[in-house]
Amino acid sequence: MAPITTLHYLVVAAALFVLGVIGVLTRRNVVIVLMSIELILNAVNLNLVAFSRLWGLHGQVFAIFVITDAAAEAAVGLGILIAFFRNKETVNVDEVDLMKW
Amino acid sequence: MEPVATTFFFYFLSGLTLISGILVITRKSPVHSALALIFGLLSQAGLYLMLYAPFVAGVQIILYAGGIMVLFLFVIMLVNLERSQKEEQFNQQWLVGVLAACALGGLFVAVYVKGSGLLPEHIVQPVENSNTQQVGVLLYGQYMFAFEIASLLLLVAIIGAVVMAKKRI
Amino acid sequence: MLDYITSYLGMNTTPGQAGNIFWVLVYILVVFGGVSVAVMSMNWLERKALAHFQIRLGPMRVGPHGLLQPIADAVKLLTKEDIIPAEADKFVFWIAPLIILCASFTVYIVIPFGPTHAITDLNIGILFMLGVSSLSVLGVVMAGWASNSHYPLIGSLRSSAQMISYEVAMGMAVVSAILMTSLNKEGTGTLSMIGIVQAQQQQQIWFLFKFFPLGFIAFAIFAIAMVAETNRAPFDLPEAESELTAGFHTEYSGLRWSLFMLGEYAAMIAVSSIAVTLWLGGWLRPFPNTLNGDTWDLVFSLMPGFTFLGLALIAFVGVIRMPKHPYFRIQTIGLAGFAAVLGLIGLVLFAPPVRDRIQDIFWFTAKVAVFMYLYIWYRATFPRYRFDQLMKVGWKVLLPIAIGALILTAIAGVLF
Repeated sequence: MAPITTLHYLVVAAALFVLGVIGVLTRRNVVIVLMSIELILNAVNLNLVAFSRLWGLHGQVFAIFVITDAAAEAAVGLGILIAFFRNKETVNVDEVDLMKW
Repeated sequence: MEPVATTFFFYFLSGLTLISGILVITRKSPVHSALALIFGLLSQAGLYLMLYAPFVAGVQIILYAGGIMVLFLFVIMLVNLERSQKEEQFNQQWLVGVLAACALGGLFVAVYVKGSGLLPEHIVQPVENSNTQQVGVLLYGQYMFAFEIASLLLLVAIIGAVVMAKKRI
Repeated sequence: MLDYITSYLGMNTTPGQAGNIFWVLVYILVVFGGVSVAVMSMNWLERKALAHFQIRLGPMRVGPHGLLQPIADAVKLLTKEDIIPAEADKFVFWIAPLIILCASFTVYIVIPFGPTHAITDLNIGILFMLGVSSLSVLGVVMAGWASNSHYPLIGSLRSSAQMISYEVAMGMAVVSAILMTSLNKEGTGTLSMIGIVQAQQQQQIWFLFKFFPLGFIAFAIFAIAMVAETNRAPFDLPEAESELTAGFHTEYSGLRWSLFMLGEYAAMIAVSSIAVTLWLGGWLRPFPNTLNGDTWDLVFSLMPGFTFLGLALIAFVGVIRMPKHPYFRIQTIGLAGFAAVLGLIGLVLFAPPVRDRIQDIFWFTAKVAVFMYLYIWYRATFPRYRFDQLMKVGWKVLLPIAIGALILTAIAGVLF
């Protein structure tokens, strides 16, 4: 088999990104949408670390910052979910369609 | 030390990652999706190890798989999602969404095919035992400002999450 | 093929670093077997020691002085009926004990029993151990949720909240120990487990005593946090029987429950070996510098043999004190055989070629065994913490002290 080049990792990252975008665009459950966003962030991280093997360690440092931001965003997103669920008893994104209730 | 069975491990780990990605977006129960995402994150940490990035792999296991996913599982357990599992899982525009995502994927493929000459293929970072030290030097030297801002961001996220999830402020 | 196997024997590294798959598998099997034997003997020791603390005898019937009791327990657990609650999620119910077991056992690949006696030596060793042992929280959360019943759910929420709270204090204490590895001439520290013990050897002091009392404070914080991390007394409210009917593993029976127990004891041994490696000098013998020289080396190298001979002597005293009734004949013969085996091992350990090789492994295992006995001692002595007191101690007491110790260690490292 061919030796594994950087392009192989980039293709895997692109496939993960596309899967994450499909998850965000098609699912109705908010928790699964948030998990698809985590998939997207992971795809970006894989891209960064794959390139950092060629061009220095800055990619890895950026990947660490992306993981930190993903943690903060997941916490806030889940806080919004809990606040919303307490008011309306549903977790479907389709039903968030009123500005005030 | 030379790497052992690189092609096998690459295909195995990336196959695990992609299969878990597919399972995340197609499962009906959020707990099964969370479990699939945990496996995906762990196999991605294996991919980072193959890319000679052990510190990022360790951070991924501790923070992502051991921290963020625990947060997700807590919220799934506390929020009663029983009723939503009996409803329709995919929204009405799913076909348009899939087509748009495939168009995005086609764009990626076009970029890779056209730009594959730009990738310098033979520059590989040497295997050293000082990856953690070099990342630390960069983090606390050149990226010190971003580091401090990231800590402020985490503080803001903590306060925001606590305020939003409280019953009475 | 044969020289692939023998080519490792001349090398001076761990099999993982040599890339020799055969020896990696051999080491993994040896460690796995050793941990299983350790868990079974820990089970026996816990019941006997708790009983003697409470002035009763403990299991005496199954083997001589209950020595075969763990085997009887294992047979009972294996033959019990496998009950799954009615509305439980079968896949998650099945996978939760597996996650705890895998997370607890994966940690063993970096534990250093000697300078080359580890399965491998990752250069992010301690980070890997902390990360993988934090994956067992996931198993606890899923076990409670999948049981579809109140007590397991509340027990798993409390247990996982406790585990993640004390992980933070553990991490801070570990960072202050890692800081001490960088206080050598080049100014480079290391995260690898073997490197940490070699740093202690190079700086000629166990990190427990370095910058006294700072090393000791970090060690004390880690020792308390590791008891809370593994859900053992006095922090065992989530699995206390009078409060929550066994917490998150209420609905598990038979083999699944034994997997939980195996994972819990394996996690106990794993975090004890982290404590031994970071603060107590790993495989180094006591007093390597004040009592150095050939005679002291010889005296300390005879200790493994004397330990096993001492154990054989205790077993022999047990044989003498057995009642002379014919019903006890088999037990007497069994115990005498056990004493003979222990004595033989002790005599083998006096032989010079074995003596030189066994030193590192013996001292490491002896220090971890001291920690195991401390676990049992805590369970017999301390009353249980209430859950809000537990969380208060974790966040408001241990974490500030850990951060303060870290800052003071850094200042002391710069000044001295």
